[in-house]
Amino acid sequence: MRRVMTLYRSSVGKKIMMALSGLILFGFVVGHMLGNLKAFESWDGVGPHPLDTYGQFLREFGYPLIPEYGLLWGVRIALLVAVGVHILAAVQLWSQSRSARPDRYRKEKSQVFSYASRTMRWGGVIVAAFVVYHILHFTTGTVHPDFEYGSVYENLVIGFQNPLVSGFYVLAVGALCLHLYHGLWSVFSTLGVQNPRVDRIRRPLAAVISAGLFVGFAVVPVAVLAGILTLG
Amino acid sequence: MKLKLHVWRQSGPRSKGDFETYDVEDVSPSMSFLDLLDLVNERILLDGGEPIAFEHDCREGICGSCGMMVNGVAHGPEKLITACQLHMRSFSDGDEIWVEPWRARSFPIMKDLVVDRSAFDRIIEAGGYVSIRTGSAPDANAVPVPKPDADRAFDAAACIGCGACVAACPNASAMLFTAAKVAHLSYLPQGQAERLERAASMITVHDEEGFGNCTNHGACQEVCPKGISVDYISRLNRDVFRATLAGVGVGRD
Repeated sequence: MRRVMTLYRSSVGKKIMMALSGLILFGFVVGHMLGNLKAFESWDGVGPHPLDTYGQFLREFGYPLIPEYGLLWGVRIALLVAVGVHILAAVQLWSQSRSARPDRYRKEKSQVFSYASRTMRWGGVIVAAFVVYHILHFTTGTVHPDFEYGSVYENLVIGFQNPLVSGFYVLAVGALCLHLYHGLWSVFSTLGVQNPRVDRIRRPLAAVISAGLFVGFAVVPVAVLAGILTLG
Repeated sequence: MKLKLHVWRQSGPRSKGDFETYDVEDVSPSMSFLDLLDLVNERILLDGGEPIAFEHDCREGICGSCGMMVNGVAHGPEKLITACQLHMRSFSDGDEIWVEPWRARSFPIMKDLVVDRSAFDRIIEAGGYVSIRTGSAPDANAVPVPKPDADRAFDAAACIGCGACVAACPNASAMLFTAAKVAHLSYLPQGQAERLERAASMITVHDEEGFGNCTNHGACQEVCPKGISVDYISRLNRDVFRATLAGVGVGRD
């Protein structure tokens, strides 16, 4: 633990914590996207939708070995810790960088690799704000017009039938995937992966994965608006 | 060629600076950018003014003395050269050119375009050398070094410490400089003995000097006159990580 704290004091250590917590969150995002696609599984219109069954499965996973909601809350707590570490490190690195150049250039032409890298910080803030809204929308139902606990599929269809909600969702997911594009290939550098073969493919790989995630997420609200996903 | 030059003038470290505009005529396309500043200075001197202060020495891109932001880009618009190797043929008649010093907390402005880069020296002092006795120069093949390693060490050793990486970095980070100085030893057998200590203490001083951190923007690589790759930063990160696992101190207790 002392060594972790010593490492964390250095800028490289904070970056490593950023990368590791980011990897955990990336894993969640992939799982979440795959889970969402269950909305497309065939359903006869009666009985629980496969998406509802999946939700039920997540709540009851491992029961009776572990208590009901055990996995769900375990994962939620792990994710909260990861988000906390990710944001804490980001804020500390941000303030370190700000104080490193107190006097801005009067004329500056950005030389950075990509739009994604320039928008990491504000993009991250937007994603965080979206996550809060998203939880109030689909988890607690606080801002959902007609929320029924456990009816995941119905909540999803009703929620996305509002084009504004769908539009915001697609934009936010776009911001997330842009964030992931830079984050994913940065992970290789920050964690010191030293392999010329990996170095060559890390940026295309990050692009393909984040584009795939974007499509996987965006296809759900689009399908609701297009009338492909309907209420039974 | 006729040019309009806006140069940052600042009389001392604590005074407030501003751009001053100079209309320059009779600029030859074969002049270097520093020749242009010399030309402007001659005219300023004839008028009894204070010439523009800028650092220069070899004027052939190997000493690392010169360096300034030309139109918002470190060392100007051309790749893989220093400001002294930038020629006026890269500009066209009637152009407006903005010249600013490097800006970073760790590089305080001394005067006009001159900044104090001693922070780099202190990073080197922290470990940018081999302190064991390596004897006199060995026979060429006495210590075998694989060719790819020798090439990577050499590419890293091409760093001239000009500071363009810090100047261009949106975070004013000196990671590329530090990484190059760590890497050129870490690829060679003589550098192995103190490899982890070196990475740990150099990154510690890097942070203490007030440089920012690396967010993998890659601007440093784009402006580096020696084309040093950001992949060296990845290697530095790895050595710092390994140093921690090995219990070699990063940061001071």
